[in-house]
Amino acid sequence: MLRYTVLRVLGAIPTLLLVIVLAFLMVHAAPGGPFDDERVLPPEIEANIAKKYHLDEPLHRQFLRYLGGVVQGDLGPSYSYRDHTVSELIGGALPLSLHLGALAMLLSLIVGVTAGTAAALRKNTVLDRTVMALAMTGISIPVFVVAPVLVLVLAVYLQWLPAGWSGNAGGARYLLPVVSLALPQIAYIARLTRASMIDVLASDFIRTARAQGLGTIAIVRYHALKPAMLPVLSYMGPAVAAILTGSVVVEEIFGIPGLGQLFVRGALNRDYTLVLGIVIFYATLIILLNLLVDILYAVIDPRVRQR
Amino acid sequence: MNISRNVLIALATFAIVAIALYSYEDVEDSAAANSTLNRGLSTDPESLDPHKMRSVQAGEVLRDIGEGLAGYTATGELIPAAADGWTISDDGLTYTFNIRSDARWSNADAVTASHFVFSLRRLVDPATAAFNAHLIADIENASAISSGEMEPSALAVEAKDDQTLIIRLSRPTPYFLALLTYPSTFPVNPDSLAEHGDSFTRPGNLLSNGAYKLDSWQPGSMLRLSRNEEYWNNAATAIDAVNYHVLTQPMTELNRYRAGELHITAIVPPESFKRIREDRPDELHVASYLGVYYYGYNLSKPMFGDSLQLRQALSMAIDRDVLVEKITGRGEAPAYSWVPAGVDNYEPRRFNYADLNQDERNAGARRLYREAGYSAANPAQFELRYNTSDTQQRIALAVQSMWREVLGAEVTLVNEEFQVLLSNMREAEVTQVFRSSWIGDYNDAHTFLSILQGGNPANMPRYASDEYDELMLAAAEQTDPKLRRVYLEEAERVLLADHPVIPLYFYVSKHLVSLQVSGWGDNVLDYHYSQHLSLATD
Amino acid sequence: MMSLGSTWQRLRQNRTVMICGGLLFGVVVVACIGPLVSPNDYLQTDFDNLLSPPTVTDMQVFGTDDLGRDLFVRSMLGVRVTIVIAVVASAVSLVIGVIYGAVAGFVGGRVDAVMMRFVDTLYALPFIFFVILLMVAFERNFLLIFVAIGAINWLDMARIVRGQTLSLREREFVAAARVTGVSAPRIIFRHIAPNLMGVVIVYVTLTIPQAILVESFLSFLGLGIQEPQTSLGALVNAGVNQMEGAPWMLLIPAALLASILFCCNFLGDAMRDVFDARHTA
Repeated sequence: MLRYTVLRVLGAIPTLLLVIVLAFLMVHAAPGGPFDDERVLPPEIEANIAKKYHLDEPLHRQFLRYLGGVVQGDLGPSYSYRDHTVSELIGGALPLSLHLGALAMLLSLIVGVTAGTAAALRKNTVLDRTVMALAMTGISIPVFVVAPVLVLVLAVYLQWLPAGWSGNAGGARYLLPVVSLALPQIAYIARLTRASMIDVLASDFIRTARAQGLGTIAIVRYHALKPAMLPVLSYMGPAVAAILTGSVVVEEIFGIPGLGQLFVRGALNRDYTLVLGIVIFYATLIILLNLLVDILYAVIDPRVRQR
Repeated sequence: MNISRNVLIALATFAIVAIALYSYEDVEDSAAANSTLNRGLSTDPESLDPHKMRSVQAGEVLRDIGEGLAGYTATGELIPAAADGWTISDDGLTYTFNIRSDARWSNADAVTASHFVFSLRRLVDPATAAFNAHLIADIENASAISSGEMEPSALAVEAKDDQTLIIRLSRPTPYFLALLTYPSTFPVNPDSLAEHGDSFTRPGNLLSNGAYKLDSWQPGSMLRLSRNEEYWNNAATAIDAVNYHVLTQPMTELNRYRAGELHITAIVPPESFKRIREDRPDELHVASYLGVYYYGYNLSKPMFGDSLQLRQALSMAIDRDVLVEKITGRGEAPAYSWVPAGVDNYEPRRFNYADLNQDERNAGARRLYREAGYSAANPAQFELRYNTSDTQQRIALAVQSMWREVLGAEVTLVNEEFQVLLSNMREAEVTQVFRSSWIGDYNDAHTFLSILQGGNPANMPRYASDEYDELMLAAAEQTDPKLRRVYLEEAERVLLADHPVIPLYFYVSKHLVSLQVSGWGDNVLDYHYSQHLSLATD
Repeated sequence: MMSLGSTWQRLRQNRTVMICGGLLFGVVVVACIGPLVSPNDYLQTDFDNLLSPPTVTDMQVFGTDDLGRDLFVRSMLGVRVTIVIAVVASAVSLVIGVIYGAVAGFVGGRVDAVMMRFVDTLYALPFIFFVILLMVAFERNFLLIFVAIGAINWLDMARIVRGQTLSLREREFVAAARVTGVSAPRIIFRHIAPNLMGVVIVYVTLTIPQAILVESFLSFLGLGIQEPQTSLGALVNAGVNQMEGAPWMLLIPAALLASILFCCNFLGDAMRDVFDARHTA
């Protein structure tokens, strides 16, 4: 078991290194430096700034310096937020992004599974068709259209909800971002649930249960839901990725200080360290997650270790 | 294998969801205080260290939490601030400031002349790597310090006593006082810097000598300021707290304003401008601004460098009225000069064709175009580069079609990321015609004219004219403001006759200001100190 | 295995496939022919005619945009560009995914394990962040958009193809080919690849809408296709900012985008039903 764990961990390191090298090269390949501006600076001042941030060193030296920092958990100073380090910025933005993503995920699961099950139970009825048509619409309209329309109607015209993030209190400001983020996922999950629920409901053991006189709700709850959820659970990985993507848009539109917004700003400002830091952070997080799952999996199923 | 592995991933995800939901604390609460001003800010300040700041947005916040020797009224008149007065020697080289005896930091320590000495030295110290070190290049020895040839202590700034600050310049600089309103020349507290190091600008650490102090800063979201009770003029401050909301998307900002969540916007999105002008004329504030939007020629290459006719033809063929009315449409002024109107003690020269109507200009442009050797059979073919943005694109498309229709020139639009365009302009290899702009650093014609001097790093067109450089030099050495003005105006005339650039329009500042806010003054610098404003409670 | 002929038969009998396919085909045809018929040009600005609502005069049936350009011609251009991007990007992901998946599935064993572990790892990477980086770092062009989107999508394809190949590998005709000494690449291309057609076609109809969405996402960030060229995503994004003053600028491209996505998704579902006997049973 120990050997397996060690091997897995060792396997993850080159992947991470690859990510760092790739991202490092990409940001440095971009033309223009982090401090370029229309107000071109006198050369001596430019040299002072380059020196301060070690931008005057050859690329490999910069890389080694950076890597050395990363190993010690130091992601460097941010170029576009000169009073902050990258780790501070990520630390500040992460809880909020996680929180938003978690809420969106929860909402999409609850609504998606309920709607999908309802549609499956009433297969080929008006209810089914409506749910599926709505789901299709949810998938077909990009978030960056849905979110501004929601803001315009609910916040600007009706003034029921706050239009933005900063300075507004409590739960209400979560509503629009979370709903915008969750809508496409609700749609996907509803469709998945419906399809697998129909399959499961047609299987023999459900027919047996039905023959025993169990009611529909009991059948779904005690027998059908668990097997029908398998494809939905398998979808969680892609769903996380989709919410990550969506969060970039939603954070931009609502002005939410999360990681997505931070990343876009960093990329547009050539904030090398910030951009690299976020990519590395995400990659590490996900690689660790996979690692954890693999090890857990090996604990549960010893056969895996042999392979 | 795959299913159960995925299920594990799902379970791990749920675990994270649960932790996230459980652990995140909502720290921001709504400030219910009636006297809180909510202002939009189009991006985060890159730094609240006066010596590391460079952006308009950082300046905006710093003018609320700091104070220089001089300041401005709401309508843009220069007034004493941290200094209550000054004297200038007859040769225009020595400035003696009298620091207010009641000037205080937010921890109640006195603001002294030595703090200014410390801060100005820190500004030019190479170790600080300040963007704006060149602002005070006219102080004796400043440039030598920036380039590492002298120690920062050699700067000709001296604290005679706690109240008396003496600054010696290497040449007369009529706009020197205006420079002292710029946040880069604000004082920092040496003790605080010694105690906290680089984190002295953090909320809680930052000592301010302005009307407000920093309570919190969540990057990407909001900066909270509250009244600085120690401020010498605190009695005149009406508003207790100011929130700067960082809103990068103008549409988001507008929506928040319309929803009543903002009192003042940083900008007005072009798409909505017309409707706002009709619906909310009393809230819309448009004022001319010290900035010129221009297209530059790359004069280091023969196509434009050698053909004055082509340069002038292209300049004449642009219908600037259509541009400002139909394309930008936010009250911008068409530009027929390089220096905007409204600059103190200056009357801009104009292009020699400025008094013709557009048809006459077009005819003249066609004639020049033919003289330059181009025709329908042999059209001028070149690239126009601009940076990725909706406005730049609309303008580029419009100019492209004007050049096509009037002259038959075949222009290819090249849209580049801002940083890419910048590095191309600086290399001056691939560029032919490019979009750029210049925003004045201070209210003086020099800030515009100097960038086109030979050797100035911001001289993107690579304009090189001995006559122009000599006139600029003559102006720089002149102590008599009237004579200086004559030299500057003559320099602009030479510049315009050479057509190294096509000024398209002069910027305007545009804000939505709630009717609850009073004390707002439009001014060319677009400086709006929160301490001058007050808020009506309804 | 179904022959292509019988597949076509079954597709023709499926109403959803015919309706959605017909609609898509119709949109593409109009997008190709429309601009030729219209007297307007996608570049031509008209400063006296900014943001004019749809009208029959001058055949400006979709109105004009904020530069006075004809929205009908631009929308049709957008449809073409969007579809080209989606199809080419899907083709990129198809080629990479099929080859990768087929090799992994066919070779099997340790190689398969390693290759799939690699896919798992790539899944883990914040791809969208890499795409943003890619678009910012290099000057944007058509080609890069394909590569970027294709790079996101090939992973799913590889997984699915591998699964299919694993089961195909055990089938008699592959075993027979092996026994007679046919080389591995030849088996993959001759025997396995053709039998993957069904699942691949279904999957491509599902990646196309994804590619369209990624493209529109890039457009939202201002990293999509360059003006004066346009895509549906770029048009929709421009329309969002004008939605109160000139709603047609949002509604028309958004409706086109939604209906194309709608059709692709339905088509994908229906195709899956056709190819997958379990659902049609």
